[in-house]
Amino acid sequence: MTAELVRGQNHTLPQTRLEIRVSAGSPVVAGATLGDERGTVRGAEWIAHPASHRVPGLEVSRQAAADHRLAVDLDALPGSVHRVTVLLALPLGPGQPARFGAVAAPFVAVTGLDGTEIATFTLTGLDTESAVSALELYRRQGVWKVRAVGQGYAAGLAGMLADQGVAEAAEVAASIQEAVASGLARSVTPPPRTPDGERVRHPAGPPASGDGGPAAPAPPDPAPAPPDPAPARTETSGGPVNYAHPRRQTSAPPPPPPAAPPAAPGQPAQPVAGDATGWSMDERLYNQIWGMFEDLARAVAAYRSAVDFAESRMDQELDRALSDPRSRIGGAGDRAREEARAKHDELTGRAREALERDLAQLAAESAVVEPALPAAYAGWGNPVWHGYRVPMEIPMALRIGDLHLPEGIGLRIPLLVRLPLERGIWVDSGRTASEEAAATPGDRLRTLAMETAVALAARLLAVYPADEFSVHVIDPAGSAAGPLAPLVDAGVLAGPPAAGAEGVSSVLAHLTRRVDLVQMAIRAGASDALPPDLDTAEQLLIVNDFPHGFDDRAVTQLRYLADEGPSVGVHLLMVADREDTRAYGPVLDPLWRSLLRITPVADDHLADPWVGHAWTYEPLRAPQGSRVLEQVLALVAAARRAGYR
Amino acid sequence: MTVNMTKGQAISLQKSDGGTLTAVRMGLGWQAAPRRGLFGSRTREIDLDASAVLFADKQPVDVVFFRHLVSDDGSVKHTGDNLVGGAGSGGDDEAILVDLQRVPVHIDQIVFTVNSFTGQTFQEVQNAFCRIVDETNGQELARYTLDGGGQYTAQIMAKVHRAGGGWQMTALGNPANGRTFQDLMPAILPHL
Repeated sequence: MTAELVRGQNHTLPQTRLEIRVSAGSPVVAGATLGDERGTVRGAEWIAHPASHRVPGLEVSRQAAADHRLAVDLDALPGSVHRVTVLLALPLGPGQPARFGAVAAPFVAVTGLDGTEIATFTLTGLDTESAVSALELYRRQGVWKVRAVGQGYAAGLAGMLADQGVAEAAEVAASIQEAVASGLARSVTPPPRTPDGERVRHPAGPPASGDGGPAAPAPPDPAPAPPDPAPARTETSGGPVNYAHPRRQTSAPPPPPPAAPPAAPGQPAQPVAGDATGWSMDERLYNQIWGMFEDLARAVAAYRSAVDFAESRMDQELDRALSDPRSRIGGAGDRAREEARAKHDELTGRAREALERDLAQLAAESAVVEPALPAAYAGWGNPVWHGYRVPMEIPMALRIGDLHLPEGIGLRIPLLVRLPLERGIWVDSGRTASEEAAATPGDRLRTLAMETAVALAARLLAVYPADEFSVHVIDPAGSAAGPLAPLVDAGVLAGPPAAGAEGVSSVLAHLTRRVDLVQMAIRAGASDALPPDLDTAEQLLIVNDFPHGFDDRAVTQLRYLADEGPSVGVHLLMVADREDTRAYGPVLDPLWRSLLRITPVADDHLADPWVGHAWTYEPLRAPQGSRVLEQVLALVAAARRAGYR
Repeated sequence: MTVNMTKGQAISLQKSDGGTLTAVRMGLGWQAAPRRGLFGSRTREIDLDASAVLFADKQPVDVVFFRHLVSDDGSVKHTGDNLVGGAGSGGDDEAILVDLQRVPVHIDQIVFTVNSFTGQTFQEVQNAFCRIVDETNGQELARYTLDGGGQYTAQIMAKVHRAGGGWQMTALGNPANGRTFQDLMPAILPHL
């Protein structure tokens, strides 16, 4: 059973051959020091660090990384060693975070050689520290134990080593950072992180600012510290123990949303992007967009119901005037009719006024929100895509199109779907009832549908971190080579588009096996027992020309993927015309219903969850002549190649 | 200035500063009557429901109650069904919020009702009250005490209606019988 340690807690180790796994949100340096019975490090040869990564009984990795595995054999340590301290430090360098407060809380786990966790510890509550001693393995009456330490040092590695009695602490710290810097230069440059406060949902405090070196004393934090049971830990050792449970710690409140400037009296407040609740800007914008969606739905509902009422009242009054025998002679009937019409016009006029007031407010909000959107929420025309960089974590949601209503034609609401996808997507290549579909030839419609699917797949690839999203394509007749070219040329597909019945069955078999294995592992609670060749990334399968090239077995497998895939990260993107599958009868209806249907041209088929208006969906298209899709895919491909080093 | 009303009393209300109301809340709070007897823990649960019916020219257009929590236009919102009542210590167990500025132009009256869904009469309910609050400043405009209120299972509370460019409220306090607002329609219509 895994012991979840809190700061200061210890746990007896059942064995002496161990692995210590470290995972942090960003690259960190991992090292270890050996101490004698008084805890003193007797010399530089008792420190395992990237420049000298092996000491007897202990080995650390040679460069900074977000994940480490340290091998420890406690029996092989020199006999005079009574204590092993596992250290983490932030690497120096441009674009590197300067303090642990700016990155996700590191997590360390002591495991057996088979990977079973013995004890785990999350290092929460760090702020200006750039080095931290994470764990301590110590010998007590012949038994080795582990203690969660989590002692941070704002003075960095040098300060931490000096605290452990290393004589040349500054020199050793410098040589470690130098080794790390050359290691970083060998590997791919990580995307600069300092300006990306928004990308990391760090649990506490405002994003990092400044680049204070770890050797320099940390500048006093001007922001009031969040209430914390433990006072801030600095250079001194043996700080007070924080008894808060690391997983249940309440994080600091998020930075307040941008405040709207006070409105002029009698005027509605000026809209501000991010003016909604949420823990991060992404979440606030997401909630704001849903708020706009709901407000537009309701404003239009109010208008429509007022107009309907005005019309039905006018009809009744006209009927009454017509059926009243007195009104047949003289001008009374005409007057009654005129009155009824005037009442109708007056009411619809007022309804229109109210609607226009609401639309103007929403349009003003949309005008400030759209430019503020992150890439995942933005259309292809948004300049944010030109500054695109491969993200470090998946966003909350992805924009897959625009929605509008006939009453507010200029007002487009982004259609956001949550990530990871909860259901597959079906791009309907068939002829729908919309005018635009009727005006488009069938072949063109199919090409457009495939282009829509490719653009969608490209967006998904772009908003996932490198190597966390794989795209497979089934194109049995090879008819979509043109639209698929951007994906194929950039080399971002997991394999070439599968053609022919054989290709179909091999891709389906591969994904079916993956769903099956992951499900088994989850049920058995043995996620580490998955075969090493299994791709743990989310998988997207684009199916073109369904059911061409599909036999009954393949159709069954596809339905299995549609049903079981989303929960284990396998998603469908079908490009199909339902008419083509008529031969299957109603057995495929559940498949279609389980997918979110979108169209390659504007079509009003999506209902909102509040009032049920029919919204016109339009897919996102890159602006005419823009190469943004290709440029983004090239960056994705480059990040992937670097990832496979 | 709270008007403590007796049943059937009708008063026109305006904001004390002469302005018109922009947002009102109808709050409903109650406590189940304790059951005497051997199985004392088995107190009989009482479920009161607050509803608001939106009228245009005396025709019901929309209704907000526990199965339709927000009117289609979004101007009237129910905070959610409470099946058992609360401590009865003065807080609202159910509330309906009306943003009068956003009410569609054709809606000219909104009637608030209270029903006993589980069928107990107001005699069996303890500490039951129902109040109308001016949401902009939290001032209570009208308050009824329902308990000990006789053999009735429903009450037509109050209506807000358009008057000139703004809104006014009339307290009705008319007792009736019924399980949901539908049963009350015949009793509501004379008040429009």
